[in-house]
Amino acid sequence: MPVAARPLSPHLSVYRWQIQMVTSIVHRATGIALSVGLLLVAWVLIALASGPDAFADVAAFCKSWIGMILLVGWTWSLAFHFLNGIRHLWQDLGIGYAVGTFVRAGWVVLIGSFVLTALVWACVLTRGGGA
Amino acid sequence: MSTGFRTPMKIANGLGSARSGAHHFVVQRITAVALAALGLWIVWIALDMLHMDYASARALIAKPWNAVLMLAFVIAAFWHAQLGLQVVIEDYVHAKGFELVLQIAVKFACFLGAAASVLAVIRIALGT
Repeated sequence: MPVAARPLSPHLSVYRWQIQMVTSIVHRATGIALSVGLLLVAWVLIALASGPDAFADVAAFCKSWIGMILLVGWTWSLAFHFLNGIRHLWQDLGIGYAVGTFVRAGWVVLIGSFVLTALVWACVLTRGGGA
Repeated sequence: MSTGFRTPMKIANGLGSARSGAHHFVVQRITAVALAALGLWIVWIALDMLHMDYASARALIAKPWNAVLMLAFVIAAFWHAQLGLQVVIEDYVHAKGFELVLQIAVKFACFLGAAASVLAVIRIALGT
């Protein structure tokens, strides 16, 4: 039996972009990013157990420009995944399904993630990165 | 689907509910609740560690409460990561063999990451 070219029902491409799609996709993307970020946590802990030289390597990586870009990305990923995760837990309790509330919660998460990221990096910049 | 001479009972046996269908969902939520709190704590620790040299950074993690919370964090985080990545792979990787390889690779990587982190925290806490 031929298995070629069966019609698929219309998918992502036919819908107007809306906040629900953004939060859903970004939650997965930030989850993948944070999984990779866990490797940095493991690296820091292993370096702390190993000695000053290993710790200096991690510190150098974090202070390099690629390290800084990754750290900003991971900060925002954590902020978004944290806020959106709380939204999901809230909805798992059956709360917040009215259309207006649902849409508003999505925007609060998205905007809040940038606010939290800015707050964290304001702390970083005012304290200064010594290491 | 051709079933030969097997009865419907023969086909259904062993394929029904294992009473564990919700297990993945439940563990994902429990680790999420833990990580909501521990995630705030890890940011606090990271900001604290920024201007520390090696000795004080190590002493910070060696504090009993910090060591315990760090163990809880790495275990919950690698567990939660494995559960989440599993669903992403199930949804988007449709090549059977490749999917199996990826699923096992993610499980191994998450376990190794967690084990290495736990051992490191223990060494830091015990000063060995």
